[in-house]
Amino acid sequence: MDYALLAEQFFNGFQLGIILFLVAAGLTLVFGIMDLVNLAHGTLYMFGAFFAATFSMVTGSMFLGMLFALPVTLVAGMLMEWSLLRTLYQRNHLDQVQVTFGLIIFFNELFLIAWGPEGAAIQLPDYLQGTTPLFGDVVVPDYRLVIITSGLLVALGLYFLVSKTRIGMLIRAGASNREMVAALGVNIKMLYTVVFGLGAALAGFAGMIITPITQAESGMGEGILILAFVVIVIGGIGSIRGAFIAAIITGLIDTLGRSFIDVAMLAVMDTEGAETAGPAISSMLIYIIMAVVLAVKPQGLFPPKGA
Amino acid sequence: MGKILSLMKTPRGIYNTILVLLCLSMPFLAPAIEQDFYRDVMLRAMIFAIATISLNLIMGYGGMISFGHAVYLGVGGYAVGILSYHGIESGWIQWSVGIIGSGLLALLFGAICLRTKGVYFIMITLAFAQMIYFLSVSIEKYGSDDGLNIDTRSNFGIEAFDLNDPMTMYYTAFVLLMACLYFSHRIVNSRFGMVIRGSMSNDDRMGSIGYPTYPYKLAAFVIAGMMAGLSGILSANFESFVSPDMMFWTTSGEMIFMAVLGGLGTIFGPLGGTMIFLILSEMLSNITEAWHLIFGPFLIVVVLFARGGVEGIIGKFEKRND
Amino acid sequence: MHKRLLTLTAAATVAFAANAQAQDTIKVGIVTTLTTPASIIGKQMKAGFEVAAEHLGHKMAGKKLELIFEDDAIKPNIGKQKTEKLIKKDKVDFLAGYIWSHVIAASAPVAFRANKIIVSANAGHAKFSGKGCHKNFFNAAWENSQTPMAMGELLNRKGIKTLYVLSLNYAAGKQMVDGVERTFKGKIVGKDLVPLSHKDWSAELAKVKAANPDGVFVFYPGSWGPAFFTQYAQAGMTKTPLFNVFSIDGANLPIFQSRNMDHLLGMVNTSYWGPDLDNPQNKRFVADFKKKTKQYPAHYAAQAYDALMLINAGVKAAGGNHNDTNKVRAGMEAADFPSLRGNLVFGRNHFPIQNFYAREVVKDANGDWVLSVKETVLKDHAPVNSGECKL
Repeated sequence: MDYALLAEQFFNGFQLGIILFLVAAGLTLVFGIMDLVNLAHGTLYMFGAFFAATFSMVTGSMFLGMLFALPVTLVAGMLMEWSLLRTLYQRNHLDQVQVTFGLIIFFNELFLIAWGPEGAAIQLPDYLQGTTPLFGDVVVPDYRLVIITSGLLVALGLYFLVSKTRIGMLIRAGASNREMVAALGVNIKMLYTVVFGLGAALAGFAGMIITPITQAESGMGEGILILAFVVIVIGGIGSIRGAFIAAIITGLIDTLGRSFIDVAMLAVMDTEGAETAGPAISSMLIYIIMAVVLAVKPQGLFPPKGA
Repeated sequence: MGKILSLMKTPRGIYNTILVLLCLSMPFLAPAIEQDFYRDVMLRAMIFAIATISLNLIMGYGGMISFGHAVYLGVGGYAVGILSYHGIESGWIQWSVGIIGSGLLALLFGAICLRTKGVYFIMITLAFAQMIYFLSVSIEKYGSDDGLNIDTRSNFGIEAFDLNDPMTMYYTAFVLLMACLYFSHRIVNSRFGMVIRGSMSNDDRMGSIGYPTYPYKLAAFVIAGMMAGLSGILSANFESFVSPDMMFWTTSGEMIFMAVLGGLGTIFGPLGGTMIFLILSEMLSNITEAWHLIFGPFLIVVVLFARGGVEGIIGKFEKRND
Repeated sequence: MHKRLLTLTAAATVAFAANAQAQDTIKVGIVTTLTTPASIIGKQMKAGFEVAAEHLGHKMAGKKLELIFEDDAIKPNIGKQKTEKLIKKDKVDFLAGYIWSHVIAASAPVAFRANKIIVSANAGHAKFSGKGCHKNFFNAAWENSQTPMAMGELLNRKGIKTLYVLSLNYAAGKQMVDGVERTFKGKIVGKDLVPLSHKDWSAELAKVKAANPDGVFVFYPGSWGPAFFTQYAQAGMTKTPLFNVFSIDGANLPIFQSRNMDHLLGMVNTSYWGPDLDNPQNKRFVADFKKKTKQYPAHYAAQAYDALMLINAGVKAAGGNHNDTNKVRAGMEAADFPSLRGNLVFGRNHFPIQNFYAREVVKDANGDWVLSVKETVLKDHAPVNSGECKL
């Protein structure tokens, strides 16, 4: 058993989980509080990536680029909510799914034309291009450490915001009981716009911090979106804590699965069978888990109280 | 006869009749304008319309928003493909396996999914469809992402009935489409259909008047699955090709849109919706490569402003005539 | 009375002229990828065809030449539908293009059924060089396993003993792996074929590191290349030499250069062509391509150019009678035209028998990155399964 490999895959899975969490957090808030199925959440992820790429290129600095791109993505998200998405709160989920699906189609094409098929990249500053030994033989790329650290900081900040501030209280109340919050005289419209903007900023942040690794390209949001939906269903719609735990679990299962399931299969079947069953099972695994959770505990593993 | 004539009296009736006549006559219209190609476009639309009709049964009448309905297309299609690969070209066997197979899968998935409601139902149908998609991508033998070429169409052992003949293929699809429309009409207006429609407005009330909706919904789900399987079978025959793409969630998304565009909860809605969607995408992609820039907003506008889809818009004229 | 006769005559003349026009135009339908990030390859292919058309003066054997481009969005079923559309609606005389092996596998049968000649300007599916060969199928590029077979040879020459293999999980990706496994004499210590949607190689790179090979072989064309090479450097793997096929070419070199990926300089891959191959037609092609697109051509463009020239040779041999498929075919088999790779010789299966070279990433006189041919690795090489072709 190669423990260094196992440790590195744990690390990679954890990092994937952090990115998933950032995307899922916004999604679960918007879903939980506004009851909005927003397929275009992946598009906001893409916004962050491309804006940060362009600003980095213009300013010559990755940090400045991301610093400017964050508020721009936040504003873009709020604009999207204010101009179009807020009309969907009254509508049923079917309408929401279709309208946001239309947004995906439109923006994917727009970004493909605006930035060209080669997409955009963010260059890591030299001091982040190296690797760091963790312990023993385990060596990890510096930048992935940065991703995990910043993701955890954001998670912490989110926790603080939601549990210790007034607006956080409104968010928690809205997630458990929307009607009551409105009845209590809170400016619901503004709360919704703020929550949506927050979700957009989180998704955009995830998009921009992953771009130095995977490049920004049109359509990059869809893959992570589907996984994020799985995460929030498993974690419990409206629950940030649930999103965090489910995201980490999902990231670990996906990465460890891809790395080790074919090896595990070799123990019970021949090479050709393992090469077939391995990838099949590892990609199906996370959906099987979601189905099981839905069948056994439909509200998710950590639903917000009162749900 | 009188009933058919009375259908013609309303704007919607005229619209529906035109749709059917278009399907019926395209093989004769197309060569006249030297475009055999349009016959193919129509055939593709008819085959996919069968799938949309099946989705409309559960979604339009039953309120079950299945985001994974395309998976049954795949089951039907791969039944033909895999059996053909192994040398079994008999249509009797292929089509039976395809239809029964999709029915069984719908039974399995439906049994679990229907225990959930609302958005959870949407998500779990999506999850199951993705599972099957990934499964088919992993099976190298049957092509995986490359898809599977099918050498010859289903053979029914009847000399006069050769699907390799384009006209036979076309009118087989046409007849089956008409049959599905009729079947859809009968089922919706039956007692069974009443329970399904009742469950959409109020599940609990249906239960309290003695109709627990679960078994009815499950039955509807299975019927819809089998009909979608039939569509997949026809598609595999026509295209001589199947691939996992048929089952990807975006295909299900497009199917949902076609049903909505045509008019949910109407018999002919899915047919019109499918035809308009496919023909529109065809036309737009000819104008510019960036046609999605137009198509995306079009989807949005239809959903926001054209409640009831095309049937709904035409229906408005009926109200005025009263 | 007179008016009517005049109108009829006019109508008849127009109809006759239109028909004659149709007879005088040769239409080539080209299926390539014009949407999605992979259109970076499609753009090269399209430009290659266009430069060839310009060199031909937009004529073939005196008849007007028309190119019609369609997009396959990397999907086999769409490529197939577009092939049908080109044949049935646009009534093309020839089909060409096809970047992806799984797309051409779905589309070629359509061409065969319609008795049209189809020329692959990239897709090198092994099916068509062996058992599935067809009299109307021509390949102006290579068969998938050839380029990696050359790479395997090169690896042996460089003394690489252990190799980790990374590729994409579709027809061509699998055949690339088959190719290198055929000629590489060392041990393959790991193999990962990732799905087409894959963008983050953290898990695979950790496995590569654990296996500690002498070298890593990759097949990551188009937009997969930049993502992979960036992550390779970030994982601190640059000490382990990378060997690639089709992952670095004239299409994505400018991107690598603009992103300062200096670890790619000096990297070697194998191919049947390079922009500095020394023959007059290649020099002219590269110069005109650069003028048109401000970029060096990649092999995608070179193949497209040769594909159109090949069709032209066939039509010329048939005396301009492009409907005489047999004569055209014979002319194409003879391939009597100055190809960008020197001399083009076809096997019975209509696949080229050609040399394969090692090419290195270097800087040209202006400091632009370009691939330069260094040594010949395989000479007069035919696809391995050619013997299975019954033509």
